[in-house]
Amino acid sequence: MVRFQNVGMRYGLGSEVLHDVNFELRPGSFHFLSGASGAGKSSLLKLIYLAHRPSRGLVTLFDTDVTTASRNQLALIRRRIGVVFQEFRLLNHLSVIENVALPLKVSGQDWEENRQHAVELLNWVGLEDCIDSSPQVLSGGQKQRVAIARAVISRPELLLADEPTGNVDDVIALRLLYLFEELNRLGTTVIIATHSEALMERFAHPRLHLSEGALLGPLTGPPTQPGFAS
Amino acid sequence: MSWRRRDLALSNDPTQRFLPWMLAMIVYLAGLSLAGMMSLSSAMDRWDTGLKGTVTVQVPTAKAGAADGAVGKLVGILRKTEGVIAVRPLDNRDTANLLRPWIGEGTLVGDLPLPRLIDVRVETEPGPDLAKLRKTLNAAVPGTVLDDHKKSLNHLVSFAHSVEFVGALVLLLVAIAAIATVIFITRTGLAIHHEGIEILHLMGALDSYVAGQFQGQALELGLKGGAIGLAFTAATVGVLSHFSRAVGSDLLPKVELGVLQWLALVAVPIGVTAIAMLTARITVIRALQRLP
Repeated sequence: MVRFQNVGMRYGLGSEVLHDVNFELRPGSFHFLSGASGAGKSSLLKLIYLAHRPSRGLVTLFDTDVTTASRNQLALIRRRIGVVFQEFRLLNHLSVIENVALPLKVSGQDWEENRQHAVELLNWVGLEDCIDSSPQVLSGGQKQRVAIARAVISRPELLLADEPTGNVDDVIALRLLYLFEELNRLGTTVIIATHSEALMERFAHPRLHLSEGALLGPLTGPPTQPGFAS
Repeated sequence: MSWRRRDLALSNDPTQRFLPWMLAMIVYLAGLSLAGMMSLSSAMDRWDTGLKGTVTVQVPTAKAGAADGAVGKLVGILRKTEGVIAVRPLDNRDTANLLRPWIGEGTLVGDLPLPRLIDVRVETEPGPDLAKLRKTLNAAVPGTVLDDHKKSLNHLVSFAHSVEFVGALVLLLVAIAAIATVIFITRTGLAIHHEGIEILHLMGALDSYVAGQFQGQALELGLKGGAIGLAFTAATVGVLSHFSRAVGSDLLPKVELGVLQWLALVAVPIGVTAIAMLTARITVIRALQRLP
């Protein structure tokens, strides 16, 4: 599903923010991506959701080497990945339901056939009363749920979430995690970047731990062996 | 509800509001240039048609006193010449009518040393041997001039071609201005909507999908601007046509357009809109190549 081999990444001409990253994720797995602020969690996610190219090494997604894939192939790979961004990144001039349904529109699907699906998804995340609202009038937690609904509407094979519980209270955070687990049970591979130890302890999933751009793990608990990389 | 709303709020951009007026001006200038070129082309056709198959014989002024005899002699020669269809000597009244556009009514034409003219219609294919005819006429009445109008027509045609060239240059500049305007506005739109474009890109939108958003906007604004520009062009051509009819000169090009020429004018906003759409598409696709 996801394979990184000796991957390094830098922004522009700066120093490497990720170096010698090696790991492989099986389809249907659930991983936390942990690490302190600035450890490289968002950068690693960017490499996976193809927002950035590696400066070295080999990234393989869905058995395709992304460095040699054509632009259209990359676009098709992106459609198989759902992303919940840390800062939501909703389009404010569109309504909530239009934001949620956007991935379907982008992939050329019919609105009438999918409207009901979008409504059901908004019911599922508890936003049935906000369907036609603008995202601008929603709270942080509501925006987060819209972003999640948008990420999962096209039933992605891989779901990435960057600090999805960062803007919500503990109760909502737990609900979101249960939601991700439910998706995982349905077959979606999940990677959640978080720095919440409490959350990672409560949900017993292996973690990929980043420390100063180097990957430790997958681990089954908190990192105890600095320098270990699988 | 449907997918009608654009993913990017391009219509909210200040620059997008300015585009229809820029395109309207561009269409107006292009329309006027085209109308001018088409009017001139029609005038050239009229000049050519009017003068083709005719030659004019001038009996010199010095001989005007004894003009009737000379004219009769020349008419006799002309009527016997192979390839000549009709010969019509002009009397003083005809000559005065010809001069009226320049010297007006009431002038004592008889006081002027005017040459006598003979209007001759000749076959065009093959016409008479004009060089031989010129010699024959000169031998009969020395100083006789046979004018086949080529020289004056060539001057007019050469001038008209120069004007047409300038018109074509204006059309080219107008097209370049349209392209430059759309590039500028599209780049501004790309900068303003960078965030939304990146979201679409990360969702798996093809470059052509994102370009389609800008292309659709260019189509909408192009047609709006084009309609405004075309309306002003039509009004201006209408006013100029009215004035050209009022002047009533055969020498000036008439600003009167036929159905095909009006269709050509209607094609201007369509062409400008097509240029705007294509430019927007190319600009966006080039910019998207910078995304991973």
